Amino acid sequence: MVLEVNNVRKSFGQAQVLKGVDLRVEKGDVVAILGPSGSGKTTLLRCLNFLERADEGTLRFDGEEFRLGRMSKKDAARVRKKTAFVFQGYNLFLNKTALENVTEGLIVARGIPKAEAEELGRRALSKVGMAEHMDQYPSQLSGGQQQRVAIARAMAVEPEIIYFDEPTSALDPELTGEVLAVMRRLADEGMTMLVVTHELGFARTVSSQTVFMEGGVVVESGPSKKVFECPEEGRTRAFLQTGGLERKE
Amino acid sequence: MLENLFNSFPLLGILADSFPKILIPGLTVTIPLTAIAFSCAMLIAVAAAIVQFARVPVATQLCRFYIWIFRGTPLLVQLFVVFYGLPKVGVRIEPFPAAVIVFSLNEGAYCAETVRAALEAVPAGQLEAGLCAGLSYLQTMRRIVLPQAMRTAFPPLSNSLIAMVKDTSLAANITVVEMFRATEQINARVYEPLALYIEVGLIYLLFSTVLTWLQRVGERKLSAYESREG
Repeated sequence: MVLEVNNVRKSFGQAQVLKGVDLRVEKGDVVAILGPSGSGKTTLLRCLNFLERADEGTLRFDGEEFRLGRMSKKDAARVRKKTAFVFQGYNLFLNKTALENVTEGLIVARGIPKAEAEELGRRALSKVGMAEHMDQYPSQLSGGQQQRVAIARAMAVEPEIIYFDEPTSALDPELTGEVLAVMRRLADEGMTMLVVTHELGFARTVSSQTVFMEGGVVVESGPSKKVFECPEEGRTRAFLQTGGLERKE
Repeated sequence: MLENLFNSFPLLGILADSFPKILIPGLTVTIPLTAIAFSCAMLIAVAAAIVQFARVPVATQLCRFYIWIFRGTPLLVQLFVVFYGLPKVGVRIEPFPAAVIVFSLNEGAYCAETVRAALEAVPAGQLEAGLCAGLSYLQTMRRIVLPQAMRTAFPPLSNSLIAMVKDTSLAANITVVEMFRATEQINARVYEPLALYIEVGLIYLLFSTVLTWLQRVGERKLSAYESREG
């Protein structure tokens, strides 16, 4: 087991966004989190990496247990060094080249010597097909290329798990394919991934587990094949039938 | 021949004679005063901006108070309080260091606001991405957020620097012999106020022009990571 969270709760003012979510991710799992807009799936992901502070909940990660509501900066930093996050809006460092984007976390956060980090960076970038663009700045790359660099940045640190927050939602349809292909390859290599997505096709064919969320709770979860082929819950069925077509969040 | 020209137009002789006497205090006092004070102001500004950006309790309120005081009172009054006022309570500061202190604090207050605004203009995702990459808050600020903010802040900060070169003339009032006071001293001997004050004005203009040119060079260098296709 890589990660387990229990009873995650989070409110923004009056609005209760997460109403006690449990989730478990095994090593090598690719877990897709599906759900309509406002179901809390992005908030859940952000709570897992402490970008939002959950009000309640426990996190078990890498043999340690943490209380999400009172996570210290030090613990947060330590956990983050073993994880990686891919954002909807890429969030590449705008003042760094593609290669520097990948090496920054290796050199600065993990103390890997520059030459070695650059070698790792080049290798990660060629895995996502971005080796020849390694000296370019994010502003010189397309959205799909930026997201591929972001994935290289995530995998270069050899994390226990990579979180993906709607990695293709900001992309033009013709560019989503290249990003999904990279993610598929990453899954095949055995990377543990937790993916908030609207891409039902990806969830169905790549993810091993699917979690369906609505209204701040997990409605249904299980092996993707089972969730897609014979969902137990009416709400899951309804969502899958409409093709999850509420794309805007 | 030059000698003849000066004899037939004595004013030209005075201007030529005074030129080095004005320029040298410019190079040895006005420019060092500006350079030292502006460097200190930058340190103050960046520190005060980050404290506010990070909403550090207590320190944020102290910064607001400092900025309130130094933006809300005239520079000349601040110079007088430090140079003529403080000796009353036993704090005697030489003219030049007194000017450095006042100009640093005054400029720091203005530039802190410029830098803070620039920090807030950096997309929030940059900080989040830094933290997620395992960098600490300060590492992310120093390596990712601040460099981008300084790019945004560069033109307004250049503006402040150019303004400061000219504002240093106020130091004449606390007996710092910078360019303007040097001019006044020459004028007291030869009484050519129109010609001499225009002359010193032109030298200030020269300094500002050089800085404007440096600003353009600096902006071009800093924009390296911005899209060239627009």
